[in-house]
Amino acid sequence: MAGKKQQDVYQEFIKGLWRDNPVFVQVLGMCPMLAVTNSAINALAMGGATFFVLVASSFLVSSLKNWIPKQVRISTYIIIIATFVTVTDFTLEALVPEIHKELGAFIPLIVANCMILGRQEAFASRNTVKMAVVDALGMASGFLFALFSLGAVREILGEGALFGIRLFGADFEPWVIMILPPGGFLTLGLLLLFFNWIKERKDRLAERLAEGEFS
Amino acid sequence: MSGESGLGIKGSEPTSTRLVATLGLAGLLSGLIIVSVYEATLPTITEYKAKVLKEAVFKVLPGITSMRPLTYRDGKMVPAGGDEDEEDRVFGGYSADGHLVGYAIPSAGPGFQDTIRLLYGLLPVERKVVGMEILQSRETPGLGDKIYKDPAFVANFDALAIDPGIVTVKKGSRSAANEVDAITGATISSKAVVQIINRGNERWLKRLEDAPAAAAPVDAGGE
Repeated sequence: MAGKKQQDVYQEFIKGLWRDNPVFVQVLGMCPMLAVTNSAINALAMGGATFFVLVASSFLVSSLKNWIPKQVRISTYIIIIATFVTVTDFTLEALVPEIHKELGAFIPLIVANCMILGRQEAFASRNTVKMAVVDALGMASGFLFALFSLGAVREILGEGALFGIRLFGADFEPWVIMILPPGGFLTLGLLLLFFNWIKERKDRLAERLAEGEFS
Repeated sequence: MSGESGLGIKGSEPTSTRLVATLGLAGLLSGLIIVSVYEATLPTITEYKAKVLKEAVFKVLPGITSMRPLTYRDGKMVPAGGDEDEEDRVFGGYSADGHLVGYAIPSAGPGFQDTIRLLYGLLPVERKVVGMEILQSRETPGLGDKIYKDPAFVANFDALAIDPGIVTVKKGSRSAANEVDAITGATISSKAVVQIINRGNERWLKRLEDAPAAAAPVDAGGE
């Protein structure tokens, strides 16, 4: 019994990180995904802010689910999410002003990240506090991972650097388009292609194994 | 699955009062939290902004040892009280022996994407710009952001004549003291910076020339 419970927790976590990755599988939260991933550090900061908001909101929504009448649930979720976003906004501005300046308007826009509201409606409001937090941790990690992949690729190609450290010699001509908006779409498309290719390979492998069993 | 258990009270419709009360309470708590976090972080944020501005003043006016905010009132430059608009305030930079070296002037204007705010150092007697620092901009990464990332462009403003007005020229063709080499691929951003400085001069040059210099701050730190 305990073993099965453990398994469930693991499954819920890995679901967000990989199988139902909010970006690569569900294709949610595209606005911050494309807008602030022009460098690895910006991507991490955005991912971290979203991480905090999602986990805190899921915890609160799940804790309060029995007191929130369903007619006003969405508005209540938005109030909860907006509160955490505003708190994050002020905290980042006080603690890491340089990064806050780079992210600019995109921190307040976390409110409109449909991935966050989606998790509240689809999961946190229907599950125990523990599972809601696990689900949020998984989804938030998946989002962070996706943002970081995109940010790292774009910074390496577009600036020839990672975290501001130059990787190539002076001869490297930065591929400026990669840090401009079109580069975001290009990189996202390629990453989606890559992850779907992996998935298809895995599926085909599983199919072949199944066939092998029957023959 | 504990599917349906979550939402609302099963079987009974909640009254409107209850709905209003729920949202009202949520809003109230949210407001309380936001206000307290705002109050808690405000000192740090203001302090940081003041620090950035002060560092910028010392950067655009090389050689000064103290500074103070000044404003123009009744034909004179007087110490600013702190309640002026940002537009009506400049910073006087003073040398160690209390002489006025020059003024750091904040100015702003439209860039390629959004407003650019900058600070530049002006010597009104020599009629020269001696430094420029971008305070805020959203120029295109990789192109327009060279207005502060490209040292060669910033160096244009280290000794720049302001008469008969600053102009941009194509990169590498700078030949007169009032010309600025534009950034290849970011002509609009380069021109915007120059225009913002010209605009600042329009507003301040006459006043600064006519007004007697305000005295140096008493304490050497100038805070």
